[in-house]
Amino acid sequence: MFSTSMSWHDLGFVLQGAGVTLAVTFWAILLGTVLGMLFGLIRAVSPWWIAAPLGVVLDVPRSVPLLIQLVIINSFKSIIGVNASPFVVSCVVLGIYASAYCSEIVRGGILAVPTTTRRAARSLGMTYWQDLKEIVFPMALRVMLPSWIGLTLGVMKDTALVLWIGIIELLRASQIIVTRIQEPLFVLTVAGLIYFAMSFPIARLGAWLEKRWQEND
Amino acid sequence: MIEIQDIHKSFGSLEVLKGVSLNVEKGEVVSVIGGSGSGKSTMLMCINGLEKIQRGRILVDGTDVHARNTDLNKLRRKIGIVFQQWNAFPHLTVLENVMLAPRKVLGRSRQDAEAVAVQRLTDVGLAEKLKVYPSKLSGGQQQRMAIARALAMEPDYMLFDEVTSALDPQLVGEVLDTLRMLSSKGMTMIVVTHEIAFAREVSDRVAFFHQGRIHEIGSPEHVIGNPQQPETIAFLKSVL
Ligand SMILES: Nc1ncnc2c1ncn2[C@@H]1O[C@H](COP(=O)(O)OP(=O)(O)OP(=O)(O)O)[C@@H](O)[C@H]1O
Ligand SMILES: [Mg+2]
Repeated sequence: MFSTSMSWHDLGFVLQGAGVTLAVTFWAILLGTVLGMLFGLIRAVSPWWIAAPLGVVLDVPRSVPLLIQLVIINSFKSIIGVNASPFVVSCVVLGIYASAYCSEIVRGGILAVPTTTRRAARSLGMTYWQDLKEIVFPMALRVMLPSWIGLTLGVMKDTALVLWIGIIELLRASQIIVTRIQEPLFVLTVAGLIYFAMSFPIARLGAWLEKRWQEND
Repeated sequence: MIEIQDIHKSFGSLEVLKGVSLNVEKGEVVSVIGGSGSGKSTMLMCINGLEKIQRGRILVDGTDVHARNTDLNKLRRKIGIVFQQWNAFPHLTVLENVMLAPRKVLGRSRQDAEAVAVQRLTDVGLAEKLKVYPSKLSGGQQQRMAIARALAMEPDYMLFDEVTSALDPQLVGEVLDTLRMLSSKGMTMIVVTHEIAFAREVSDRVAFFHQGRIHEIGSPEHVIGNPQQPETIAFLKSVL
Protein backbone atom coordinates (compact mmCIF):
# COMPACT_ATOMS: atom_id res chain seq x y z
CA MET A 1 0.00 0.00 0.00
CA PHE A 2 1.30 3.39 -1.05
CA SER A 3 1.95 5.87 1.73
CA THR A 4 3.33 9.38 1.84
CA SER A 5 4.21 11.84 4.50
CA MET A 6 2.80 14.69 2.38
CA SER A 7 -0.03 16.09 4.47
CA TRP A 8 -3.23 17.81 3.38
CA HIS A 9 -1.64 20.92 4.77
CA ASP A 10 1.35 20.44 2.43
CA LEU A 11 -1.00 19.99 -0.50
CA GLY A 12 -2.73 23.21 0.44
CA PHE A 13 0.67 24.93 0.40
CA VAL A 14 1.41 23.56 -3.07
CA LEU A 15 -2.03 24.65 -4.28
CA GLN A 16 -1.35 28.12 -2.95
CA GLY A 17 1.77 28.11 -5.11
CA ALA A 18 -0.37 27.05 -8.03
CA GLY A 19 -2.56 30.09 -7.34
CA VAL A 20 0.52 32.32 -7.64
CA THR A 21 1.48 30.61 -10.91
CA LEU A 22 -2.00 31.27 -12.29
CA ALA A 23 -1.92 34.90 -11.14
CA VAL A 24 1.47 35.60 -12.71
CA THR A 25 0.39 33.86 -15.92
CA PHE A 26 -2.84 35.84 -16.02
CA TRP A 27 -1.24 39.26 -15.60
CA ALA A 28 1.68 38.48 -17.88
CA ILE A 29 -0.60 37.25 -20.67
CA LEU A 30 -2.96 40.18 -20.20
CA LEU A 31 -0.12 42.69 -20.44
CA GLY A 32 1.60 40.69 -23.19
CA THR A 33 -1.54 40.47 -25.27
CA VAL A 34 -2.45 44.14 -24.98
CA LEU A 35 1.09 45.30 -25.78
CA GLY A 36 1.54 42.55 -28.36
CA MET A 37 -1.61 43.63 -30.23
CA LEU A 38 -0.33 47.18 -30.29
CA PHE A 39 3.23 46.31 -31.33
CA GLY A 40 2.04 43.72 -33.84
CA LEU A 41 -0.37 46.19 -35.44
CA ILE A 42 2.32 48.85 -35.65
CA ARG A 43 4.73 46.39 -37.20
CA ALA A 44 2.17 45.19 -39.73
CA VAL A 45 0.87 48.52 -40.97
CA SER A 46 3.57 51.14 -40.48
CA PRO A 47 6.45 52.05 -42.84
CA TRP A 48 9.68 50.12 -42.51
CA TRP A 49 11.51 52.88 -40.64
CA ILE A 50 9.08 52.40 -37.75
CA ALA A 51 8.44 48.66 -38.13
CA ALA A 52 12.08 47.58 -38.42
CA PRO A 53 13.47 49.35 -35.31
CA LEU A 54 10.50 48.16 -33.25
CA GLY A 55 11.20 44.62 -34.46
CA VAL A 56 14.80 44.90 -33.29
CA VAL A 57 13.77 46.23 -29.87
CA LEU A 58 11.34 43.35 -29.47
CA ASP A 59 14.08 40.89 -30.36
CA VAL A 60 15.78 41.73 -27.05
CA PRO A 61 13.23 40.15 -24.69
CA ARG A 62 13.01 37.22 -27.09
CA SER A 63 16.71 36.47 -27.23
CA VAL A 64 17.95 37.16 -23.68
CA PRO A 65 17.14 34.22 -21.38
CA LEU A 66 14.16 35.02 -19.20
CA LEU A 67 16.05 34.18 -16.04
CA ILE A 68 18.66 36.87 -16.78
CA GLN A 69 15.94 39.40 -17.55
CA LEU A 70 14.19 38.64 -14.25
CA VAL A 71 17.31 38.96 -12.14
CA ILE A 72 18.57 42.10 -13.88
CA ILE A 73 15.24 43.93 -13.75
CA ASN A 74 14.71 42.86 -10.15
CA SER A 75 18.08 44.34 -9.11
CA PHE A 76 17.67 47.34 -11.39
CA LYS A 77 14.43 48.40 -9.75
CA SER A 78 16.16 48.98 -6.38
CA ILE A 79 18.95 50.92 -8.11
CA ILE A 80 16.51 53.38 -9.69
CA GLY A 81 14.45 53.34 -6.51
CA VAL A 82 11.20 51.91 -7.86
CA ASN A 83 9.33 50.17 -5.10
CA ALA A 84 7.90 47.17 -6.93
CA SER A 85 7.37 43.78 -5.32
CA PRO A 86 8.99 40.74 -6.97
CA PHE A 87 5.46 39.74 -7.96
CA VAL A 88 5.00 42.93 -9.95
CA VAL A 89 8.47 42.58 -11.48
CA SER A 90 7.63 39.01 -12.52
CA CYS A 91 4.38 40.03 -14.19
CA VAL A 92 6.01 42.93 -16.02
CA VAL A 93 9.08 41.00 -17.22
CA LEU A 94 7.00 38.02 -18.35
CA GLY A 95 4.44 40.41 -19.83
CA ILE A 96 7.02 42.15 -21.99
CA TYR A 97 8.52 38.82 -22.95
CA ALA A 98 5.06 37.59 -23.97
CA SER A 99 4.35 40.85 -25.83
CA ALA A 100 7.39 40.29 -28.04
CA TYR A 101 6.11 36.86 -29.08
CA CYS A 102 2.53 38.06 -29.28
CA SER A 103 3.49 40.94 -31.59
CA GLU A 104 4.96 38.37 -33.96
CA ILE A 105 1.73 36.37 -33.87
CA VAL A 106 -0.43 39.45 -34.41
CA ARG A 107 1.75 40.73 -37.24
CA GLY A 108 1.60 37.36 -38.98
CA GLY A 109 -2.17 37.18 -38.53
CA ILE A 110 -2.73 40.63 -39.99
CA LEU A 111 -0.45 40.01 -42.95
CA ALA A 112 -2.24 36.72 -43.63
CA VAL A 113 -5.44 38.60 -44.54
CA PRO A 114 -5.45 38.74 -48.36
CA THR A 115 -5.03 42.21 -49.88
CA THR A 116 -7.85 41.41 -52.27
CA THR A 117 -10.26 41.04 -49.33
CA ARG A 118 -9.09 44.36 -47.92
CA ARG A 119 -9.54 46.02 -51.30
CA ALA A 120 -13.07 44.67 -51.45
CA ALA A 121 -13.77 46.26 -48.06
CA ARG A 122 -12.24 49.59 -49.06
CA SER A 123 -14.10 49.67 -52.35
CA LEU A 124 -17.37 49.42 -50.40
CA GLY A 125 -16.44 52.78 -48.90
CA MET A 126 -15.10 51.51 -45.59
CA THR A 127 -12.39 53.63 -44.03
CA TYR A 128 -8.94 52.33 -43.21
CA TRP A 129 -9.93 51.77 -39.58
CA GLN A 130 -13.28 50.20 -40.41
CA ASP A 131 -11.46 47.73 -42.63
CA LEU A 132 -9.07 46.91 -39.78
CA LYS A 133 -11.79 46.55 -37.18
CA GLU A 134 -14.51 44.79 -39.18
CA ILE A 135 -12.47 42.66 -41.57
CA VAL A 136 -8.77 42.39 -40.75
CA PHE A 137 -8.94 41.76 -36.98
CA PRO A 138 -11.72 39.17 -37.05
CA MET A 139 -10.00 37.31 -39.88
CA ALA A 140 -6.56 37.59 -38.28
CA LEU A 141 -7.92 36.32 -34.96
CA ARG A 142 -8.62 32.94 -36.49
CA VAL A 143 -5.04 32.67 -37.70
CA MET A 144 -3.64 33.90 -34.40
CA LEU A 145 -5.60 31.78 -31.95
CA PRO A 146 -3.59 28.52 -32.05
CA SER A 147 -0.25 30.33 -31.62
CA TRP A 148 -1.70 32.53 -28.89
CA ILE A 149 -2.88 29.47 -26.96
CA GLY A 150 0.60 28.01 -27.39
CA LEU A 151 2.12 31.22 -26.05
CA THR A 152 -0.16 31.20 -23.01
CA LEU A 153 0.75 27.60 -22.17
CA GLY A 154 4.44 28.42 -22.67
CA VAL A 155 4.27 31.44 -20.38
CA MET A 156 2.56 29.35 -17.72
CA LYS A 157 5.54 26.96 -17.72
CA ASP A 158 8.02 29.85 -17.85
CA THR A 159 6.53 31.32 -14.67
CA ALA A 160 8.54 28.64 -12.83
CA LEU A 161 11.58 30.88 -13.33
CA VAL A 162 10.22 33.60 -11.05
CA LEU A 163 11.20 31.45 -8.07
CA TRP A 164 14.67 32.87 -8.67
CA ILE A 165 13.59 36.27 -7.44
CA GLY A 166 11.99 34.83 -4.35
CA ILE A 167 8.42 34.09 -5.33
CA ILE A 168 6.83 30.94 -4.05
CA GLU A 169 4.89 29.67 -7.03
CA LEU A 170 3.92 26.11 -7.80
CA LEU A 171 7.41 24.72 -8.49
CA ARG A 172 9.07 26.49 -5.57
CA ALA A 173 6.28 25.39 -3.20
CA SER A 174 6.80 21.81 -4.35
CA GLN A 175 10.58 22.08 -3.85
CA ILE A 176 10.04 23.29 -0.29
CA ILE A 177 7.90 20.25 0.47
CA VAL A 178 10.43 17.95 -1.26
CA THR A 179 13.25 19.33 0.86
CA ARG A 180 11.27 18.59 4.01
CA ILE A 181 9.68 15.19 3.33
CA GLN A 182 12.29 13.87 0.83
CA GLU A 183 9.79 12.39 -1.63
CA PRO A 184 10.73 14.19 -4.85
CA LEU A 185 9.06 11.73 -7.21
CA PHE A 186 5.67 11.89 -5.57
CA VAL A 187 5.63 15.63 -4.92
CA LEU A 188 6.81 16.54 -8.39
CA THR A 189 4.24 14.20 -9.90
CA VAL A 190 1.57 16.06 -7.96
CA ALA A 191 3.00 19.39 -9.15
CA GLY A 192 3.10 18.13 -12.75
CA LEU A 193 -0.52 17.04 -12.53
CA ILE A 194 -1.48 20.47 -11.25
CA TYR A 195 0.32 22.16 -14.17
CA PHE A 196 -1.55 19.86 -16.50
CA ALA A 197 -4.88 20.55 -14.83
CA MET A 198 -4.31 24.28 -15.29
CA SER A 199 -3.22 24.03 -18.93
CA PHE A 200 -5.78 21.53 -20.08
CA PRO A 201 -8.85 23.83 -19.98
CA ILE A 202 -6.97 26.52 -21.93
CA ALA A 203 -5.87 24.05 -24.58
CA ARG A 204 -9.40 22.62 -24.82
CA LEU A 205 -10.94 26.07 -25.06
CA GLY A 206 -8.58 26.85 -27.94
CA ALA A 207 -9.37 23.62 -29.74
CA TRP A 208 -13.07 24.21 -29.28
CA LEU A 209 -12.96 27.77 -30.65
CA GLU A 210 -10.85 26.64 -33.58
CA LYS A 211 -13.28 23.90 -34.45
CA ARG A 212 -16.24 26.25 -34.23
CA TRP A 213 -14.60 28.75 -36.56
CA GLN A 214 -13.52 26.06 -38.96
CA GLU A 215 -17.11 24.97 -39.41
CA ASN A 216 -17.79 28.42 -40.81
CA ASP A 217 -14.78 29.08 -42.96
CA MET B 1 -20.98 59.98 -65.98
CA ILE B 2 -17.44 58.59 -65.82
CA GLU B 3 -14.83 60.57 -67.77
CA ILE B 4 -11.42 59.01 -68.13
CA GLN B 5 -9.06 61.54 -69.67
CA ASP B 6 -5.69 60.45 -70.96
CA ILE B 7 -4.61 58.54 -67.85
CA HIS B 8 -1.11 57.17 -67.41
CA LYS B 9 -0.22 54.65 -64.76
CA SER B 10 3.08 52.94 -64.00
CA PHE B 11 4.15 50.36 -61.47
CA GLY B 12 7.77 51.32 -60.97
CA SER B 13 9.30 51.37 -64.42
CA LEU B 14 6.49 49.33 -65.98
CA GLU B 15 4.04 51.62 -67.74
CA VAL B 16 0.71 49.82 -67.62
CA LEU B 17 -1.68 52.51 -68.88
CA LYS B 18 -0.28 54.70 -71.62
CA GLY B 19 -2.91 57.32 -72.12
CA VAL B 20 -6.39 55.84 -71.82
CA SER B 21 -9.48 57.95 -72.50
CA LEU B 22 -13.04 56.72 -72.18
CA ASN B 23 -16.37 58.31 -71.37
CA VAL B 24 -19.17 56.22 -69.96
CA GLU B 25 -22.60 57.81 -70.03
CA LYS B 26 -25.37 57.20 -67.50
CA GLY B 27 -27.13 53.96 -68.34
CA GLU B 28 -24.44 52.81 -70.69
CA VAL B 29 -22.85 49.35 -70.61
CA VAL B 30 -19.26 49.31 -71.82
CA SER B 31 -17.43 46.02 -72.09
CA VAL B 32 -13.67 45.92 -71.96
CA ILE B 33 -11.86 43.07 -73.67
CA GLY B 34 -8.18 42.48 -74.26
CA GLY B 35 -5.23 40.26 -73.54
CA SER B 36 -3.77 39.42 -70.16
CA GLY B 37 -1.64 42.24 -68.74
CA SER B 38 -3.08 44.89 -71.04
CA GLY B 39 -4.15 47.02 -68.07
CA LYS B 40 -7.89 46.34 -67.79
CA SER B 41 -7.96 45.64 -64.04
CA THR B 42 -5.62 48.51 -63.37
CA MET B 43 -7.97 50.93 -65.13
CA LEU B 44 -10.92 49.79 -62.99
CA MET B 45 -8.92 50.28 -59.81
CA CYS B 46 -7.93 53.76 -60.91
CA ILE B 47 -11.60 54.65 -61.37
CA ASN B 48 -12.43 54.17 -57.68
CA GLY B 49 -9.06 55.41 -56.47
CA LEU B 50 -7.67 52.07 -55.28
CA GLU B 51 -4.70 52.89 -57.53
CA LYS B 52 -3.14 56.30 -58.10
CA ILE B 53 -2.38 57.66 -61.55
CA GLN B 54 0.65 59.61 -62.74
CA ARG B 55 -1.00 61.70 -65.44
CA GLY B 56 -4.44 62.60 -66.74
CA ARG B 57 -7.58 62.59 -64.66
CA ILE B 58 -10.77 60.71 -63.98
CA LEU B 59 -14.02 62.50 -63.25
CA VAL B 60 -16.98 60.71 -61.71
CA ASP B 61 -20.05 62.93 -61.90
CA GLY B 62 -17.63 65.81 -62.19
CA THR B 63 -15.56 64.89 -59.12
CA ASP B 64 -11.85 64.42 -59.78
CA VAL B 65 -11.10 61.00 -58.26
CA HIS B 66 -7.42 61.67 -57.69
CA ALA B 67 -7.67 65.27 -56.47
CA ARG B 68 -6.16 65.72 -53.05
CA ASN B 69 -9.33 67.03 -51.44
CA THR B 70 -11.62 64.30 -52.78
CA ASP B 71 -13.23 62.14 -50.11
CA LEU B 72 -12.55 58.73 -51.64
CA ASN B 73 -14.57 56.82 -49.07
CA LYS B 74 -17.58 58.89 -49.99
CA LEU B 75 -16.95 58.64 -53.71
CA ARG B 76 -16.65 54.85 -53.50
CA ARG B 77 -20.19 54.60 -52.18
CA LYS B 78 -21.51 55.28 -55.63
CA ILE B 79 -19.10 52.99 -57.46
CA GLY B 80 -19.63 49.30 -56.85
CA ILE B 81 -16.84 46.97 -57.91
CA VAL B 82 -16.75 43.19 -58.10
CA PHE B 83 -13.48 41.34 -58.61
CA GLN B 84 -12.44 38.10 -60.18
CA GLN B 85 -11.71 36.52 -56.79
CA TRP B 86 -15.02 36.64 -54.94
CA ASN B 87 -13.57 38.10 -51.74
CA ALA B 88 -16.29 37.11 -49.32
CA PHE B 89 -15.74 38.15 -45.71
CA PRO B 90 -15.39 34.60 -44.37
CA HIS B 91 -16.23 35.40 -40.74
CA LEU B 92 -19.64 36.82 -41.62
CA THR B 93 -22.79 35.10 -42.87
CA VAL B 94 -24.08 35.91 -46.35
CA LEU B 95 -26.60 38.34 -44.89
CA GLU B 96 -23.97 40.00 -42.67
CA ASN B 97 -21.58 40.30 -45.62
CA VAL B 98 -24.19 42.32 -47.47
CA MET B 99 -25.37 44.34 -44.45
CA LEU B 100 -21.94 45.38 -43.20
CA ALA B 101 -21.11 48.32 -45.46
CA PRO B 102 -24.62 49.85 -45.45
CA ARG B 103 -24.51 49.81 -41.66
CA LYS B 104 -20.95 51.01 -41.13
CA VAL B 105 -20.53 53.27 -44.12
CA LEU B 106 -24.03 54.63 -44.69
CA GLY B 107 -25.05 54.42 -41.03
CA ARG B 108 -28.25 52.51 -41.79
CA SER B 109 -30.18 50.94 -38.93
CA ARG B 110 -30.06 47.17 -38.57
CA GLN B 111 -33.64 46.78 -39.82
CA ASP B 112 -33.09 49.00 -42.86
CA ALA B 113 -29.82 47.36 -43.77
CA GLU B 114 -31.32 43.93 -43.38
CA ALA B 115 -34.35 44.78 -45.52
CA VAL B 116 -32.13 46.05 -48.33
CA ALA B 117 -29.72 43.12 -48.02
CA VAL B 118 -32.53 40.56 -48.19
CA GLN B 119 -33.91 42.34 -51.25
CA ARG B 120 -30.56 42.38 -53.06
CA LEU B 121 -29.81 38.77 -52.16
CA THR B 122 -33.23 37.79 -53.45
CA ASP B 123 -32.49 39.64 -56.71
CA VAL B 124 -29.39 37.53 -57.24
CA GLY B 125 -31.14 34.31 -56.24
CA LEU B 126 -29.65 33.80 -52.80
CA ALA B 127 -32.75 34.26 -50.65
CA GLU B 128 -32.30 30.74 -49.24
CA LYS B 129 -28.72 31.33 -48.12
CA LEU B 130 -29.01 34.28 -45.75
CA LYS B 131 -27.72 32.56 -42.60
CA VAL B 132 -25.08 30.49 -44.34
CA TYR B 133 -21.35 31.22 -44.22
CA PRO B 134 -19.66 31.98 -47.56
CA SER B 135 -17.46 28.86 -47.38
CA LYS B 136 -20.63 26.80 -47.80
CA LEU B 137 -21.46 28.49 -51.11
CA SER B 138 -20.34 27.52 -54.59
CA GLY B 139 -18.08 29.91 -56.50
CA GLY B 140 -20.98 31.21 -58.53
CA GLN B 141 -23.04 31.80 -55.41
CA GLN B 142 -20.14 33.60 -53.72
CA GLN B 143 -19.73 35.78 -56.75
CA ARG B 144 -23.46 36.61 -56.78
CA MET B 145 -23.18 37.45 -53.09
CA ALA B 146 -20.32 39.83 -53.90
CA ILE B 147 -22.54 41.49 -56.50
CA ALA B 148 -25.40 41.80 -53.99
CA ARG B 149 -22.95 43.26 -51.48
CA ALA B 150 -21.91 45.96 -53.91
CA LEU B 151 -25.51 46.62 -54.94
CA ALA B 152 -26.64 47.05 -51.33
CA MET B 153 -24.70 50.33 -51.30
CA GLU B 154 -27.08 51.51 -54.03
CA PRO B 155 -24.26 52.57 -56.35
CA ASP B 156 -24.73 54.60 -59.49
CA TYR B 157 -22.00 52.69 -61.30
CA MET B 158 -20.91 49.08 -61.28
CA LEU B 159 -17.48 47.89 -62.36
CA PHE B 160 -16.97 44.17 -63.02
CA ASP B 161 -13.52 42.67 -63.35
CA GLU B 162 -13.66 39.26 -65.03
CA VAL B 163 -16.27 38.14 -62.55
CA THR B 164 -16.71 34.77 -64.26
CA SER B 165 -13.07 33.89 -64.94
CA ALA B 166 -12.50 31.95 -61.74
CA LEU B 167 -15.74 29.99 -62.04
CA ASP B 168 -16.40 26.49 -63.29
CA PRO B 169 -18.02 26.67 -66.74
CA GLN B 170 -21.40 25.46 -65.49
CA LEU B 171 -21.53 28.33 -62.96
CA VAL B 172 -20.75 31.11 -65.43
CA GLY B 173 -24.31 31.35 -66.72
CA GLU B 174 -25.91 32.20 -63.38
CA VAL B 175 -23.53 35.10 -62.82
CA LEU B 176 -23.98 36.43 -66.35
CA ASP B 177 -27.75 36.29 -65.80
CA THR B 178 -27.27 38.57 -62.82
CA LEU B 179 -25.35 41.04 -64.97
CA ARG B 180 -28.05 40.86 -67.65
CA MET B 181 -30.66 41.68 -65.04
CA LEU B 182 -28.65 44.73 -63.96
CA SER B 183 -28.19 46.00 -67.47
CA SER B 184 -31.90 45.63 -68.16
CA LYS B 185 -32.56 47.78 -65.09
CA GLY B 186 -30.45 50.52 -66.63
CA MET B 187 -27.37 50.24 -64.42
CA THR B 188 -24.29 52.02 -65.72
CA MET B 189 -21.59 49.39 -66.01
CA ILE B 190 -18.05 48.77 -67.12
CA VAL B 191 -17.61 45.06 -67.63
CA VAL B 192 -14.14 43.62 -68.09
CA THR B 193 -14.74 40.18 -69.51
CA HIS B 194 -13.44 37.31 -71.56
CA GLU B 195 -16.98 36.25 -72.44
CA ILE B 196 -17.04 37.69 -75.94
CA ALA B 197 -20.54 36.47 -76.78
CA PHE B 198 -21.84 38.03 -73.59
CA ALA B 199 -20.06 41.31 -74.30
CA ARG B 200 -21.61 41.40 -77.72
CA GLU B 201 -25.07 40.78 -76.32
CA VAL B 202 -25.24 43.27 -73.43
CA SER B 203 -22.87 46.09 -74.37
CA ASP B 204 -23.64 49.45 -75.88
CA ARG B 205 -19.95 49.74 -76.68
CA VAL B 206 -16.96 47.45 -76.59
CA ALA B 207 -13.41 48.66 -75.91
CA PHE B 208 -10.46 46.51 -76.95
CA PHE B 209 -7.40 47.03 -74.74
CA HIS B 210 -3.96 46.41 -76.10
CA GLN B 211 -0.66 47.22 -74.39
CA GLY B 212 -2.05 49.91 -72.13
CA ARG B 213 -4.18 51.69 -74.71
CA ILE B 214 -7.69 51.43 -76.05
CA HIS B 215 -6.84 50.08 -79.43
CA GLU B 216 -10.32 49.92 -80.88
CA ILE B 217 -13.69 51.00 -79.54
CA GLY B 218 -17.21 51.08 -80.89
CA SER B 219 -20.47 49.19 -81.08
CA PRO B 220 -20.31 45.42 -80.54
CA GLU B 221 -21.26 44.88 -84.17
CA HIS B 222 -18.25 46.94 -85.11
CA VAL B 223 -15.54 45.81 -82.67
CA ILE B 224 -16.56 42.16 -82.34
CA GLY B 225 -18.51 41.65 -85.54
CA ASN B 226 -16.29 43.54 -87.90
CA PRO B 227 -13.01 44.56 -86.27
CA GLN B 228 -10.64 46.76 -88.23
CA GLN B 229 -7.35 46.54 -86.32
CA PRO B 230 -5.15 43.49 -86.88
CA GLU B 231 -4.53 43.20 -83.09
CA THR B 232 -8.26 43.08 -82.42
CA ILE B 233 -8.74 40.45 -85.08
CA ALA B 234 -5.89 38.38 -83.66
CA PHE B 235 -7.21 38.69 -80.11
CA LEU B 236 -10.75 37.69 -81.04
CA LYS B 237 -9.41 34.75 -82.99
CA SER B 238 -7.48 33.59 -79.92
CA VAL B 239 -10.48 33.65 -77.57
CA LEU B 240 -13.33 32.54 -79.79
N1 LIG C 1 0.34 46.08 -57.83
C1 LIG C 1 1.11 45.89 -58.93
N2 LIG C 1 2.45 46.02 -58.86
C2 LIG C 1 3.23 45.85 -59.95
N3 LIG C 1 2.76 45.49 -61.16
C3 LIG C 1 1.43 45.32 -61.30
C4 LIG C 1 0.53 45.51 -60.19
N4 LIG C 1 -0.72 45.26 -60.62
C5 LIG C 1 -0.62 44.95 -61.93
N5 LIG C 1 0.66 44.98 -62.35
C6 LIG C 1 1.13 44.73 -63.71
O1 LIG C 1 0.46 45.60 -64.58
C7 LIG C 1 0.15 44.97 -65.81
C8 LIG C 1 -1.33 45.11 -66.09
O2 LIG C 1 -2.04 44.38 -65.12
P1 LIG C 1 -3.62 44.27 -65.12
O3 LIG C 1 -3.98 43.43 -63.95
O4 LIG C 1 -4.22 45.62 -65.19
O5 LIG C 1 -3.90 43.50 -66.48
P2 LIG C 1 -5.26 42.90 -67.00
O6 LIG C 1 -5.50 43.51 -68.33
O7 LIG C 1 -6.32 43.02 -65.99
O8 LIG C 1 -4.87 41.37 -67.21
P3 LIG C 1 -5.71 40.03 -66.89
O9 LIG C 1 -6.60 39.79 -68.07
O10 LIG C 1 -4.66 38.98 -66.78
O11 LIG C 1 -6.46 40.26 -65.62
C9 LIG C 1 0.63 43.52 -65.69
O12 LIG C 1 1.86 43.43 -66.35
C10 LIG C 1 0.79 43.33 -64.21
O13 LIG C 1 1.85 42.44 -63.96
MG1 LIG D 1 -7.30 41.71 -64.69
